[in-house]
Amino acid sequence: MKLNSKVPKGPLEQKWESHKFQMKLVNPANKRKYKVIVVGTGLAGASAAAAMAELGFEVKAFTYHDSPRRAHSIAAQGGINAAKNYANDGDSVYRLFYDTIKGGDFRAREANVYRLAEVANAIIDQCVAQGVPFAREYGGLLDNRSFGGAQVSRTFYARGQTGQQLLLGAYQALMRQVGLGAVELYNRREMLELVVVDGAARGIVCRNLMTGAIESHAADAVILATGGYGNAFYLSTNAKACNATAIWKAYKKGAAFANPCFTQIHPTCIPVSGEHQSKLTLMSESLRNDGRVWVPKKAGDNRPPSQVPDEERDYYLERVYPSYGNLAPRDVSSRQAKFRVDEGRGVGESRMAVYLDFRDSLKRLGYSKITERYGNLFQMYEKITDENPYEVPMRIYPAVHYTMGGLWVDYNLMSTIPGLHVLGEANFSDHGANRLGASALMQGLADGYFIIPYTIADYLTSAKLPKVDTKHDAFRAAENDARTRMQKLLNVKGSRTVDEFHRALGLILWEYVGMSRNDAGLKKALVEIPKLREEFWRDVRVPGELNFLNPELEKASRVADYFELGELMARDALHRTESCGGHFREESQTPDNEAKRDDERFAYVAAWEYKGENKEPEMHKESLEFERIQLATRSYK
Amino acid sequence: MSKAKTINLTLKVWRQNGSSDIGHFETHQAKDISTDMSFLEMFDVINQQIIKLGGDPIAFDHDCREGICGMCSMTINGNPHGPDRDTATCQLHMRRFEDGETLVVEPFRARAFPVQKDLVVDRSGLDRIIAAGGFVSVSTGNARDANSIPVPKLDSDLAFDAAACIGCGACVAACKNASAMLFTGAKVSHLALLPQGAIEKDRRVLKMVAQMDKERFGSCSNTGACEAACPKGITLENMARMNRQYLAASVTSR
Repeated sequence: MKLNSKVPKGPLEQKWESHKFQMKLVNPANKRKYKVIVVGTGLAGASAAAAMAELGFEVKAFTYHDSPRRAHSIAAQGGINAAKNYANDGDSVYRLFYDTIKGGDFRAREANVYRLAEVANAIIDQCVAQGVPFAREYGGLLDNRSFGGAQVSRTFYARGQTGQQLLLGAYQALMRQVGLGAVELYNRREMLELVVVDGAARGIVCRNLMTGAIESHAADAVILATGGYGNAFYLSTNAKACNATAIWKAYKKGAAFANPCFTQIHPTCIPVSGEHQSKLTLMSESLRNDGRVWVPKKAGDNRPPSQVPDEERDYYLERVYPSYGNLAPRDVSSRQAKFRVDEGRGVGESRMAVYLDFRDSLKRLGYSKITERYGNLFQMYEKITDENPYEVPMRIYPAVHYTMGGLWVDYNLMSTIPGLHVLGEANFSDHGANRLGASALMQGLADGYFIIPYTIADYLTSAKLPKVDTKHDAFRAAENDARTRMQKLLNVKGSRTVDEFHRALGLILWEYVGMSRNDAGLKKALVEIPKLREEFWRDVRVPGELNFLNPELEKASRVADYFELGELMARDALHRTESCGGHFREESQTPDNEAKRDDERFAYVAAWEYKGENKEPEMHKESLEFERIQLATRSYK
Repeated sequence: MSKAKTINLTLKVWRQNGSSDIGHFETHQAKDISTDMSFLEMFDVINQQIIKLGGDPIAFDHDCREGICGMCSMTINGNPHGPDRDTATCQLHMRRFEDGETLVVEPFRARAFPVQKDLVVDRSGLDRIIAAGGFVSVSTGNARDANSIPVPKLDSDLAFDAAACIGCGACVAACKNASAMLFTGAKVSHLALLPQGAIEKDRRVLKMVAQMDKERFGSCSNTGACEAACPKGITLENMARMNRQYLAASVTSR
């Protein structure tokens, strides 16, 4: 396998512009001759499907939900970044680029990140034109707020529901094309296999979740926009159905998987309340604009927060990072929260939480301003915890939130399988080892609206693609693989439920491949995961049948993939003995417990190639070339 | 500090093996349920018990469990999404219930929402209403600078209130006529309140209402049950706005 990033030549600022000019176009009349499959209808998938259909391509869009509007992009709360500099605080495309690549601890591809910053402004324009109701000032113009890892206010937001409003914008654009007959929408379908013919991606096999039917769909190119794999941990802020099956099947067909160990633990989530916990709920990072994070100075302090006087509180983010304070980036803030809890200064009944306190901003801004900014979040917090955050500080703790790793893609967003393109969280390209807040929405929409429509045209005109339809043998074989595997899960008829196995896997991953990693722990994970996986295939109980709606079977199939992916995450984390961004190796830290990078040995992307069942995957390196920026120690002090 | 305790409940849950099955209620005992659990987490616990006993777990729709995706859809004691106002089923917590209570759990019932299995229904009719006109006809790439059209904050806020709809269909399930007026009115309002969407407001309202009728959603008789059931607080004002627009568009349409 050869990794060719295909980054265009020329100065950073002109790469995308000149690349767009050099790429081949498809004549408008010929576009309808090309079929493209888009799997996933979140921000990246819906925007890609809509934008390509607008151009005239014949698009088929697939979602496992009943409606594209349910994709988990909908749950993004805080906002979306752009370099409009409306706030007149010194923002620019270059600054957005620099903050993003620094935020990712210099483990992302420079040219991709610059392009992301470059197209960000057009996203805001597009969304406003679609009717996305961003927050506005009384003068009628758009309002901005600040987010972690930045010292400018560049985040556009729609109350605490920005992801919802952006997704509805993309969904409506998609449904417009569905109504026009330009997109064929397949809902309640889960992709189970990628079909590769003569080395190129030519279709998918999916299961109709309502009838259980295994279906084939052929195309000239396949786009995966299926999100991340945070649910491998069982407890995460992802929706219950978020899964890695589509990208994992692509990996097993030859798409390299890049940086699987780069997972983001988000610092502000509602803590676990008990055994029954089914998922974790995020409290937006935007809350750190007005909330102050603290723990008592004394370990084991049992007093209610209101009785801890100011001089006995440790506002540790403000203390350790005076210049960024409560807006330190996510990886840094999460680790700091863990340190405080490890010191015995955690709060709440479980002692596994820290306070996020709005007392001072309520005093400064008043109740109505805080409600306007965060009303829905405060309400959600109270529903879940039965505590009123206007009166008592929120209790928060880090939780798995986002995965920076994903399928390896080149500058054109194409994986190592020709014709297979990967967008949004499902690819690895833009966030390096840590994603900054309000950047995921930006990347999803950049990939979908403004990048893939250009690069896919170039692929379709350059590739010599023979005519292939679903009668091809490759489809029969893939259908057979999918059916056999499902049947195998049903046939185990063991004694433990899918959830029991998933929980157990999650605990291993959280313990050894979570916020803090070390050699011994990762080696232990590499023993325990395969052991549990073997038990899974021997003892799992999946009720019901193949040919009907069967949610337990869906779960079982996803969990089976998490076992394999979890192992790859541990393997990747073990090999990367440096710390960078969200990947913290205890062996590699500075005297004040900050992540210590090793640019000499690890300034590369680790792309793993599948080598077959029970064989060790092979690692390939794409070395990261920084033409413009100087690698610097990332400091938020 | 946590005020969690455990309670026992009796559940009468609708079971229906496919759209052609006649369906029936099945009784389950929910024992030692922590009041910190969400309603769906209680269903997880019951399903685990059913699987252990070799039974068929209850199928129900759910996903984000944060009250925003609109996937969950249970009618609890006759109320879509249960007894709390402005709350989706996934955000309903067991502390809301008393020890020893009996709860009746059914799918969202409507002619336009055929039951697929147990508590899972088909709500794709709502998508087709959006596809008929619930958008701004602006293709990617030809937008002008976001700040070139100022929008009064009040209009923008009202548009947001309408746009907060999560498309769950509780309004339809709550309505005795299974009308989708609140859902459709919310989208019509959201887009018409903004200058970007106002240009095609006549065409939009006519098309969306026509599709609503085609999907066999019922008529509105202004009882307001939809507003009471809505987990996002969408108000009847949006329906009034749609009616006004519909009338104006019908009169002036060419």
